Amino acid sequence: MSRLNRVTNAGQGSEPRGGSAFGPTSAGRRAVRWMRENPLFAFGAAIVMIVVIFGVLAPFLAPFPDDASTATHPFETLVAPSAEHLFGTDQVGRDILSRVIYGIRISPVIAAAVIASSCIIGIPLGLLAGHFGGVIDEVIMRITDIFLAVPALLLALAFAVVLPPSPYSTMIAIGIAWWPWYARLVRGEAKSVTTRRYVENARILGLPRWRVMFRHVLPNSVTPVIVQASLDFGGIILTAASLSFLGLGAQDPTPDWGLMVNQGQGYFATQWWVVTFPGLAILITALAFNLLGDGIHERLDPRRVVSR
Amino acid sequence: MIKYLARRLGLAALVVAGVVVLTFFIARVIPGDPAASWVGPHATAAQIAAVRTELGLDKPLVVQIFDYFGGILSGNWGVSIHTHQAVLSDIALRLPASLELVVTALVIAVVVGVPLGVISAYRKGRLSDQALRTLAVFGVSMPVFWLALILQMVFFQQLHLLPVAGEYDPELQYSSPLMSYTGFTPIDALFTGNWPVLGSSISHLILPAFAVAAYPIGVVMRMVRASILEVSGDAHIQMVRALGFSERSVFGRFALRLAWSPIIQVLALVFAYALVNTFLVESIFNWPGIGSYAAAAITSLDTPAIMGITLLVAVVYVLANLLVDLLQAALDPRIRLK
Repeated sequence: MSRLNRVTNAGQGSEPRGGSAFGPTSAGRRAVRWMRENPLFAFGAAIVMIVVIFGVLAPFLAPFPDDASTATHPFETLVAPSAEHLFGTDQVGRDILSRVIYGIRISPVIAAAVIASSCIIGIPLGLLAGHFGGVIDEVIMRITDIFLAVPALLLALAFAVVLPPSPYSTMIAIGIAWWPWYARLVRGEAKSVTTRRYVENARILGLPRWRVMFRHVLPNSVTPVIVQASLDFGGIILTAASLSFLGLGAQDPTPDWGLMVNQGQGYFATQWWVVTFPGLAILITALAFNLLGDGIHERLDPRRVVSR
Repeated sequence: MIKYLARRLGLAALVVAGVVVLTFFIARVIPGDPAASWVGPHATAAQIAAVRTELGLDKPLVVQIFDYFGGILSGNWGVSIHTHQAVLSDIALRLPASLELVVTALVIAVVVGVPLGVISAYRKGRLSDQALRTLAVFGVSMPVFWLALILQMVFFQQLHLLPVAGEYDPELQYSSPLMSYTGFTPIDALFTGNWPVLGSSISHLILPAFAVAAYPIGVVMRMVRASILEVSGDAHIQMVRALGFSERSVFGRFALRLAWSPIIQVLALVFAYALVNTFLVESIFNWPGIGSYAAAAITSLDTPAIMGITLLVAVVYVLANLLVDLLQAALDPRIRLK
């Protein structure tokens, strides 16, 4: 009888269930213990959950939902934080708290879309390069070298300048800068998986090449991408906020955090709240996602560290 | 070694050439009609046609790429739309101020980040480690443009401690004018013995440098902690332990020495990132570097200037990486034999 069983049955007076150390609760219990040992991860996960809830329930939680769109209040401009407007109002009288809450529907959503599109481009290319090797590998990897020679923020910025300013452009621009990281990760993994015995056997059995690639190599090559994606989320939020701070992303009535900081710049000497709260929202969201990503990284894959 | 050097140089040249093609593609192919955006919205059809011939846009794409390449190689990086000067001379004029900022930020990152990373590894799992790791994550999660504004708010508006605009007090131009030799204000001031300007430039440097340093500090702390913990299980570290050295010197001296190589590698990467972060910080501090130049170029959709800066950062980044690789190959025979 394990120690765990003794603890779970203490005070019940019944016979311990034999071998229930592998019972239905043990996985959850392990996760709880792991979280207790990793308070930073638990903290990040809690904030991410709160952010997601606020984003989904924005119309119910935001005190002035109309202020997130086209509403303006010319007689209530730049009101200091008060009971009515917890975060104050901005230069056209909109409630900053409402706009910060609605902002969750912009940058974090852009980040999710960037990760999705980077996976859609990067994973197949990495798979092709790693599985087939040779000329295909060489060509794809040299192309990623070129993209990786320019920091992601700058490359995204260069693309964003020639695209019309909107959240979609931000997404496309960052996505173009981001996919090479995933292509490289998958390529490395696919290359080592391809040499394994079961892949060899699948090919000897005469399975078509594409089937071997997608059914046998792919599922065993994507774990590092999941880890990297969780690590990247915070960084993409920052990149998106930086682009919109420079005026290349969402435009005025959109409650984008970076744009709100940009618009508050002119008032920050006297009306500190206009800049402070949207910036805090960026910081806290990026921080929470980074803590979460670090935890997932440690849990799934302590060896592979891609730092940037 | 020579073979390794040749291969690395060849790959670096290939990558830079690729970036040139990429910038060409962004500047000339994606926008519908570069000639129309060049002359502005009120141009006549004849003017647009004239500009098209002038820019060589009527030639086939392949010819255009070769012309563009030739221009880049001979130092003709195009003309900036917002300053009407050659992009390359614009950049050369402003680069020293940005390098001053970025190098100071990286020095701060190493001086602050390395000891904190060592302490974090030494106290692994304890409360102080958790606190330091959180601090490092704060660094990499910080929106630098916001940090720059908050620093101004606190240290200039509230405490009146530090100045926030420009490289040094403009009034000093009359009382103690600065002779420019290198373009680096503090260095010029130091060598010409211009103490008022030196003092003023250092106090002007502190806030923007800290804003730029936030991200590098976080990255360096994480890297130092991770690489020390990685080598601390190695046989020779166990050996040092067995020889009876204190835990403090095992971490601070022996493990750190082994951990330097990944730290230097990450610094090359962080250098390029910090250079890009000046875009977000310089205009807030009115700093006369390529960052505020880039920000102005972005506002006026000045594509040639932005492509020039993109190319510059790529070259800087590729060179920094090359330097690190060659240094490591020179120190570690295992690398150059690969």
